[in-house]
Amino acid sequence: MKNSKFKKVLALLTAAVMIVAAFASCSGSDSGASNAVYRTLDEIRESGTVKIGVFSDKNPFGYVDENGDYQGYDVYFAERLAEDLGVEVEYVSTEAASRIEYLQTGKVDIILANFTVTDERKEEVDFALPYMNVALGVVSPDSRVIESLDDIEDSDEVIVISGTTAETYLTENYPDIKLKKFDAYAQAKTALENGEGVAWANDNTEVIAYALQNSGYTVGIPSLGSNDTIAPAVSKGNKTLLNWINEEIESLGEENFFHKDYEETLVDTYGTDYEEELVVEGGVVSE
Amino acid sequence: MQALGIEVLLKGSNFLRLLGGLWVALKISLIAVLFSIVLGILFGIVMTYKNPLVKIISRIYLEIVRIMPQMVLLFIVFFGTTRMFGWNLDAELAAIIVFTFWGTAEMGDLVRGAVSNIPKHQYESSYALGLSKAQTYYHIVIPQTLRRLIPLSINLVTRMIKTTSLVMMIGVVEALKVTQQIIEANRMVAPNAAFGLYLTVFILYFLACWPISLLATYLEKKWSA
Repeated sequence: MKNSKFKKVLALLTAAVMIVAAFASCSGSDSGASNAVYRTLDEIRESGTVKIGVFSDKNPFGYVDENGDYQGYDVYFAERLAEDLGVEVEYVSTEAASRIEYLQTGKVDIILANFTVTDERKEEVDFALPYMNVALGVVSPDSRVIESLDDIEDSDEVIVISGTTAETYLTENYPDIKLKKFDAYAQAKTALENGEGVAWANDNTEVIAYALQNSGYTVGIPSLGSNDTIAPAVSKGNKTLLNWINEEIESLGEENFFHKDYEETLVDTYGTDYEEELVVEGGVVSE
Repeated sequence: MQALGIEVLLKGSNFLRLLGGLWVALKISLIAVLFSIVLGILFGIVMTYKNPLVKIISRIYLEIVRIMPQMVLLFIVFFGTTRMFGWNLDAELAAIIVFTFWGTAEMGDLVRGAVSNIPKHQYESSYALGLSKAQTYYHIVIPQTLRRLIPLSINLVTRMIKTTSLVMMIGVVEALKVTQQIIEANRMVAPNAAFGLYLTVFILYFLACWPISLLATYLEKKWSA
C-alpha cells in the first residue's frame, strides 16, 4: 500500500518536472552557449531588432499616445538610434525599479528611461555619454509649501517613487524623513493629490513640469543634491554597443540633435526657458 | 463627464487599448486558473497522504507561496531564471507560471480541506461496494469535493484576476498599466482624468469578475439539487 502511494507521488513529481522542462524548452531557444547576457552590436544588427527599455507612463520623456505609439524625449532618441543602427526597434515598458534588472539579464539591449547616472548604478550597468541634465526638486501644495527639508516635521511623509534618485538621496542624507514609496509615477501623483504626503521629491524636471500644469502646487525646492546627468545605459561589459552609442551621441551633437529633440518633445512642458539648462549636446556637460 | 475626464478614452484607440489590457490580464489569470484547478486538485489529494516526506514537501511548498509576495515570485521567475539558467522566458509566460504556482498551492490547500471534510463512512461504504481506491476518488470523493470547493475557489479566481496588476513590473502591459499610460499621456489636456479612468477600470474588472460569480452561484445551486 505504502509503496504504491510512493509511486504515485513519484509520478506526480516527474510530471511536474516535465512541465517545467517543457516551459523551458519552448522559450529558452535563444539562450546561446555563450555566458554573456548581452547582445553585441553585430548580434543586434544581425537580428534586425534592437530592444530598448523605456517608460510608458512618463510624459514627456517616455509615454504612449492615444494610438498606442511610444513618444517622448527618450523615445525620439531611441527612434534615431534604431534608424542609424539600421534595425527595427522593440520597446519594452519598464518601471523605475526594474531598469537595472532588465540590463543585467539582457532582456533589453539599451535602457533609455530617464536613467540618472549614479556611482552605485555604474557598478551594475555601463552608462554612455549623457544627453540631459537633472537635479532633484521637491513640490508641495500651496497651502503648505516646503521650502527647505528642515520644514518637514517628524510626522510628515514625503512621497517618492521606488528606485529613483530621489529615494536614494533622501534615504542616505536624510534618514529621519519618513518616505511614502510608490512603484509607478501615476500612483505617486495621485497620492500627492490625495494628500497622502506633504511633498513629492523627484527629478526637478518632473516637479517643475508638475507645478506648471497643476495649479495649487509650488516647487519649494527647485534644486537639491548634486547636479546629475541622464544617459543611455547598456549591460555591464557590452563594449561594442557602448562605443557605438557614444560615437553616435558625439556625431549627433554636430547637427544639434538633442536641441531639436527638446523642441519636438519637451518645449510644451518646460517652455524654452529651460532648454539650455536641460539639454546636453554631444555628450559634453557645460559647467 | 468633463470633470471625470472620461472623454480621453474616446481619443484614438485608447478604449480599445484598455480592453486589450484587460484581455491580457484575463488571459494570464484564466490560463493560470485552469492549470491551478487541475494541478491544485492533484496537489490537494497528495496533501491528504500520511507519508511524512510528502507532508514535509507540501508544507514547504505551501509556506513558500504564503510567505513570498507575488511580486518577488514574478522577479524570481522572470529575471532569476535568466540569471541562473539563461532561460529567456516571455513575460506573460513568466506571469502564468507564477500565478499557477501560487494558485496550485492555494487551490491544493482548499482541496485538502474539502477532501478531509468528506466523512469517513463515504470511503468505507465505497470500499464495501467493491470500488477501488481510484474509483472511490473519481466517483465519490472528487464530485463532493468540487461542490464544496466552488465558493472558495471563486474567491481565489477573482483574487488572481485582480492581482494581475502586478505583472506590469515585468513589462506586461495590462489594464492598469494602460490606464496609467492614458492618464500620463493626457496629463496636460485632462489633468483630472485619473478618477474617471480608474472608475472605468473598476467597472471593467467588475464586469469581468461578475460572470464568474454568477457561474459559481449557478453551479452551486445545480449541484446541490
